[in-house]
Amino acid sequence: MLTVQGLDAHYGLAHILAGIELTVQRGEVVVLLGRNGAGKSTTLKSIIGLVRPSAGQITFEGQGIAGRSPSTIARLGLGYVPEERRIFTELTVRENLEVGRQKPRQGVPHWTPEKLYALFPNLAEMKDRPGGRMSGGEQQMLTIARTLMGNPRLILLDEPSEGLSPLIVEQMADAIAALKRDGMTVLLSEQSLHFAARVADRAYIIEKGRIRHEAGMTALLADADVRQRYLAV
Amino acid sequence: MDIVVVQFLTGLASASSLFLVASGLSIIFGVSRIVNFAHGSFYMLGAYLAWTLVERLPYGPLGFWGGIVGAAAIVALLGLVMEFVLLRRIYRAPELFQLLATFGVVLIVQDATLWLWGPQDLLGPRAPGLRGAVTILGQRFPQYDLLLIFIGPVVLALLWLLFTRTRWGTLVRAATQDREMVGALGVDQKLLFTTVFMLGSFLAGLGGALQLPRESVNLQMDLTIITDAFVVVVVGGMGSLGGAFLAALLIGVLHAFGIVVFPKITLVLIFLVMAVVLVLRPYGLMGRKPGPVAATVGLVTPLIGPTPRALVWLGLVAGALLVLAPLFVGDYTLTILSEMAILALFAASLHFMMGPGGMASFGHAAYFGLGAYAAALLMRQLGLGMPLGLIAAPLAGAAFGLLFGWFCVRLSGVYLAMLTLAFAQICWSVAFQWVELTGGDNGLLNILPSGWAQTRQGFYWLALVLSIAGILLLRWLIRTPFGHALRAARDNPLRAEAVGMAVGRLQWAGFAVAASFAGFAGGLYAYFKGSVFPTFISIPRSVDALLMVLLGGVDTLAGPIVGAVVYTGLHEQLMSLTDYWRAILGLIIVVLVVAFPQGLAGQARDWWLARNGGRA
Ligand SMILES: Nc1ncnc2c1ncn2[C@@H]1O[C@H](COP(=O)(O)OP(=O)(O)OP(=O)(O)O)[C@@H](O)[C@H]1O
Ligand SMILES: [Mg+2]
Repeated sequence: MLTVQGLDAHYGLAHILAGIELTVQRGEVVVLLGRNGAGKSTTLKSIIGLVRPSAGQITFEGQGIAGRSPSTIARLGLGYVPEERRIFTELTVRENLEVGRQKPRQGVPHWTPEKLYALFPNLAEMKDRPGGRMSGGEQQMLTIARTLMGNPRLILLDEPSEGLSPLIVEQMADAIAALKRDGMTVLLSEQSLHFAARVADRAYIIEKGRIRHEAGMTALLADADVRQRYLAV
Repeated sequence: MDIVVVQFLTGLASASSLFLVASGLSIIFGVSRIVNFAHGSFYMLGAYLAWTLVERLPYGPLGFWGGIVGAAAIVALLGLVMEFVLLRRIYRAPELFQLLATFGVVLIVQDATLWLWGPQDLLGPRAPGLRGAVTILGQRFPQYDLLLIFIGPVVLALLWLLFTRTRWGTLVRAATQDREMVGALGVDQKLLFTTVFMLGSFLAGLGGALQLPRESVNLQMDLTIITDAFVVVVVGGMGSLGGAFLAALLIGVLHAFGIVVFPKITLVLIFLVMAVVLVLRPYGLMGRKPGPVAATVGLVTPLIGPTPRALVWLGLVAGALLVLAPLFVGDYTLTILSEMAILALFAASLHFMMGPGGMASFGHAAYFGLGAYAAALLMRQLGLGMPLGLIAAPLAGAAFGLLFGWFCVRLSGVYLAMLTLAFAQICWSVAFQWVELTGGDNGLLNILPSGWAQTRQGFYWLALVLSIAGILLLRWLIRTPFGHALRAARDNPLRAEAVGMAVGRLQWAGFAVAASFAGFAGGLYAYFKGSVFPTFISIPRSVDALLMVLLGGVDTLAGPIVGAVVYTGLHEQLMSLTDYWRAILGLIIVVLVVAFPQGLAGQARDWWLARNGGRA
């Protein structure tokens, strides 16, 4: 469904990504694991078009999307949830969802605010609250809900567990599991192996802008050596 | 008492148009982050187009109101064209280049208007059915003004509904905060920007058209209204419609009273109010501290390195040639060279403020003009000659730099820049209106240099030596601990504060230094021209300085010099070629910005990097 080949990216003169290769199949939850500054966010940003790739191909549902604008890519059914959440703080929960709304898309579930309030019950209690007056966990739910309003075929989730309390992390994992049951395809980035183990089928390990290792989640959990080498802090 | 009430109502009536214009400016800025100078031009075009339409259409309610709304609609279309043809290409350019491009449009529109409608003021008809006056507390008050009083709140309510009750409005508010994220959610930003620009332009056009029955339509409307709109937006708080409304009422009422009570110092009054508001609430009555996106002017540039040896030699050779120039060039060339030298100093002073200081000024001509007036007034009022005049000029610049800078350094980015413009406009209007002292539009004449400098050569040498000395002094200042601290404060204000620097004080001092050198250049210019006029302080002169700095590049000290030389030469050529030199100049500016959105110097740097193995 999504294929990335030989992806390079720069910030100014700094070479950040070098030859990233990855694929995501329909219905899969794939995790990009790596330490701080490994290039996880940059990879996701390059896919959605917020960072312009300097080389490489990105194919989504058979279409080349490298170099296109984020809005064009998003309208092909690729949802993006940023690490910094980027909630519209002046807008209410309801209005935040409205900004994310896109036309129903063939072959994927059609999301409405009601369905999202059912998935994230916390949000249902604060429909008219401005985004700026929500807790970090609530904002994280809102940013995912907002992206789902676009009825995506695949979502890119950048570190959904970052900075959240253990309880909220569990809720987040449940929500992703629920999405997966409904057939959603997910590419997420994580530092937490624990969280990744809860939700993902397969993992890529990224370090210094290169993919170092690829494995099924169960295999990775069994492989102490790789974990030690790339993930231990 | 009765007159007070009526003046108050008149103020409310003027506030409506002001609110329309300011809200349009604010909405456009919110989404596009472009300070659209041409917004005032759209206001003026609204008035001119309404005049034509109302004249052509049969007189009656339908013809009149059809003409007003039609004019606003045409202006909205012009806004669409401008967005489509120009702005779309430069959304990624640094803010100041965008601003210059919109100023290019101001110049083009000015000449186009002159060409289409001629130089004379035009008077429109009264509104049918509203030609009379009502009696309020024994005073007559025009019916039309009564209607205007209602239009402001009605438009505010409509805009509020539009922004809170429609999907489009929600998207606009979201984009005002984080347009990139809105795009990543699949919203077509181009369409959003275009429609926002059309709405903003429509409001400006409507504001202008509605003035038709109240005042004459003239070619000065554009810059007058844009200054008022800047003041309203700064006082009200950028991006806040409610704030714009309140501020428009405040400014409108002040204007109305000022004209009755102190006609000469209305603008000073407004300045005082603005000052008080900004001291109490630096981001305006209803504004919030802008996010980092809004605050940067996008001009943070690499440090000025040591001058390459080759450049030093080149400079010395050029200097020697310049000193010897009177031996082989004629008077005309000497005059131009003198002007170039003085303007290079003026540009260098702005460069000091923008480059090392990190503060962009849209109103740097204020200090230039104040210096010029200081020198001229000393001569006219006290009979003191050039030596004292040239001491007084930088002092005057510094004094006002300290005064205005005290307010300005509390803000940053475009807010700061808008405030500098407002101050400059206030100086301009004082120079224009205080006829007893300044001679108003007729200026102050016969400002002669000392006897030995009255020959072309004499004055040329004087200007050359003093300008070069001034520029070298500025260059030296950049490398002193003060200059280093100033740059540190620019690059990372938070860290500078953390290591104990008083960032505000530093910037204040930097502001005053820049102002005093501008004042010095202005003093020289007064003797050079032999006269001083309010145009020395006008917006176009401030923009001249900006152009010179940006043309040459903020990266290098040579930038403003090269910029001043190129720009002065170009200006001179164009003026001798055609009466419509403004339009041509505007077109050149627009084309330059579109072709080199990073500026000529930025372009050169990129080429250089590409050629020297850096990644392109
Ligand atoms: N806007 C930027 N400009 C310059 N360099 C950047 C920028 N953003 C990130 N970088 C650099 O790019 C590299 C990769 O950053 P990225 O954000 O992709 O890492 P990450 O894996 O998401 O890290 P984290 O777990 O901390 O979110 C880092 O070295 C970082 O310093
Ligand atoms: Mg990251």
